[in-house]
Amino acid sequence: MSTQNGSGSRGPEHASPGRAGSILSRRRFLAAAGMGAGAAAAGAGSAFGGAVAAAGPDPNIVPVPEWTKMLGAGVNANPYGKPSVFEKDVVRREVDWLTASHESSVSFTPLYALDGVITPNGLCFVRHHGGEAEIDPDKYRLMIHGMVDRPLVFTLEDIKRMPGRVNRAYFLECAANSGMEWRGAQLNGCQFTHGMIHNVFYTGVPLKTLLDMAGVNPKGKWVLAEGADAAVMTRSIPLEKAMQDCLVAFAMNGEALRPEQGYPVRLVVPGWEGNMWVKWLRRLKVGDQPWQQREETSKYTDLLADGRSRRFTFVMDAKSVVTSPSPQAPLKLKGPNVMSGIAWSGRGTIRRVDVSLDGGRNWTTARIEGPAMPMAMTRFYLDFDWSGQELMVQSRAMDDSGYVQPTKAELRAVRGTNSIYHNNGIQTWLVRGNGETENVEVG
Amino acid sequence: MWKSAEALLAVAVAGAVGLAVLPAGADPAAPAEPGTAAQKTGETGKLQQAVNVPAPGPAPASAPASAPASAPVIGLGRTALPEEIAAWNIDVRPDGEGLPAGAGSVRRGEDLFLQNCATCHGEFGEGAGRWPVLAGGRGTLQSDRPEKTIGSFWPYASTVFDYVRRAMPFGNNQSLTADDTYAIVAYLLNLNDLVPEDYVLSKDNFPKVELPNQPNFFDDDRETAEKAFWKNDPCMADCAGAVHVTARAQVLNVTPDADPPKGNLE
Repeated sequence: MSTQNGSGSRGPEHASPGRAGSILSRRRFLAAAGMGAGAAAAGAGSAFGGAVAAAGPDPNIVPVPEWTKMLGAGVNANPYGKPSVFEKDVVRREVDWLTASHESSVSFTPLYALDGVITPNGLCFVRHHGGEAEIDPDKYRLMIHGMVDRPLVFTLEDIKRMPGRVNRAYFLECAANSGMEWRGAQLNGCQFTHGMIHNVFYTGVPLKTLLDMAGVNPKGKWVLAEGADAAVMTRSIPLEKAMQDCLVAFAMNGEALRPEQGYPVRLVVPGWEGNMWVKWLRRLKVGDQPWQQREETSKYTDLLADGRSRRFTFVMDAKSVVTSPSPQAPLKLKGPNVMSGIAWSGRGTIRRVDVSLDGGRNWTTARIEGPAMPMAMTRFYLDFDWSGQELMVQSRAMDDSGYVQPTKAELRAVRGTNSIYHNNGIQTWLVRGNGETENVEVG
Repeated sequence: MWKSAEALLAVAVAGAVGLAVLPAGADPAAPAEPGTAAQKTGETGKLQQAVNVPAPGPAPASAPASAPASAPVIGLGRTALPEEIAAWNIDVRPDGEGLPAGAGSVRRGEDLFLQNCATCHGEFGEGAGRWPVLAGGRGTLQSDRPEKTIGSFWPYASTVFDYVRRAMPFGNNQSLTADDTYAIVAYLLNLNDLVPEDYVLSKDNFPKVELPNQPNFFDDDRETAEKAFWKNDPCMADCAGAVHVTARAQVLNVTPDADPPKGNLE
């Protein structure tokens, strides 16, 4: 989590008079913690108050703070609410050297600063192939044709009036998430190593409803989904999956889709790689074989060490990462700490997450907290005491198919290092004695 | 959008009929009834979020006589016109389905490529900066730096035509004629030594063009090739000998925020 005091480059620029006091308080607490890990662990909560009281009143309490004395902003100062100014650095970020243009690029979810299981809409990572299409909802059309009895055109209103509307939470992970880490630890922060994922509640109608209205020919086996953006993004989706659980979604987390997530309509393909979740969905074509589009041949295929390539690797395997501590969220205090992380699997529900503090020699089962739903992000915690020793933090997800998240070495032994996609190997964070945390690999 | 109040009314009535019909077709035994609690605790104690769709089937006896028995009539959407389908139906398959009428020579393709493509892809498809390399790269797929080009990696020539037609030139896409697209694809095939300099690519000879790496693609086999990852009960204690750091991100230091926040312990 982001600290209320800020730290270094992440802190608010307009520090209030109270801030210096809070740093002072923290130093006093550190002094208290330094008396011994045991003492700090025994009662850090009360020790904090005790230490401050002994040295004089906390300036955050005496005198009364400004925000208590004066009236604040009115109820509609921000008609569409924004996060606190103290959270201004919790934003999506881009890795400039990764791609040739901003229009065909990716920005990453700041996982290190988030908690719970739902990703806020404005922080959901963005991957475009031809920039963000701006579509007037009145001009939006969705066409279904190909091997169907009745080729159809729908308006957005048609889709919103369809019976059987559903709400479902699913993770969406780019197949290239962690793709920069195949050859070794490279990016320092889970925002960059794992931030091509988000998890939101979708509102929409089952794709099956639309396909049934068109009447799929018995020879139809695949569905081509196409976007209306300048990349006119396409993917071939097996009909079986399309009929099973795909959604035509128009809302996320209770509001209309964000433009960068495909407003007004996107495809939801639960558990499968994010590239298939076509945004700005304009066309669905039924056919009897895959179309071998660019994004399923030259891209999103997995080159193995022997020079052959796996194709149609749709499912995202079980994966997890500790989001705090992590390089952007270092440990700040000895004594009680909460390790926090996320786990997910495209094959089902997360059954268990284990955490190691010693680089994978010994494991402890973490506490799964909140809903553990199939093909959705699951939150885990490990409440632990830290005495300032060096840690090699790992997490290992298991799903209800029995799949166990592999180590990076196990993964490389099967696939080599040229795959780019589907890197779900176990991540290691090295936590130093001063709390600083670094992306490393161990062996 | 709807053009008139009459049209609106007609659709609304049709929709109302559909709504009246559908609940009778929904399976009451379904674990999560549509429109009610979508994600609820199932027998296993885990949250379920299955998608349930009213089963298509014969309309109930109470349905209007005009309703076709073979499909759920909801009264939403309308028939797509042939010219509308033609406007968006731009995909091309490996067997040639979807190719438009037309032809283009390697020589004409070279001119067009220099005008429209070379800024990013280089005059000979060698790529500029981080833009995709389109030619060369044969024999590199097993190396530390595989170069995945049309000639070295792509399995189907149809994909080149399809992609150029739908998304190129970057920033001015769908501006090329069918003949221009054939010509540019012909030039790209020539750059990859797949067709001679005097070649003219057309709808007729296109399906005969085969790319060399096509046999090296195979369907996802993770469930067998990586069966060992289904361990069920992994090791919990003394799983490895001494563990050492073998690689560090700090060494490369390519993280965007070059100065990540430090720990506060001093």
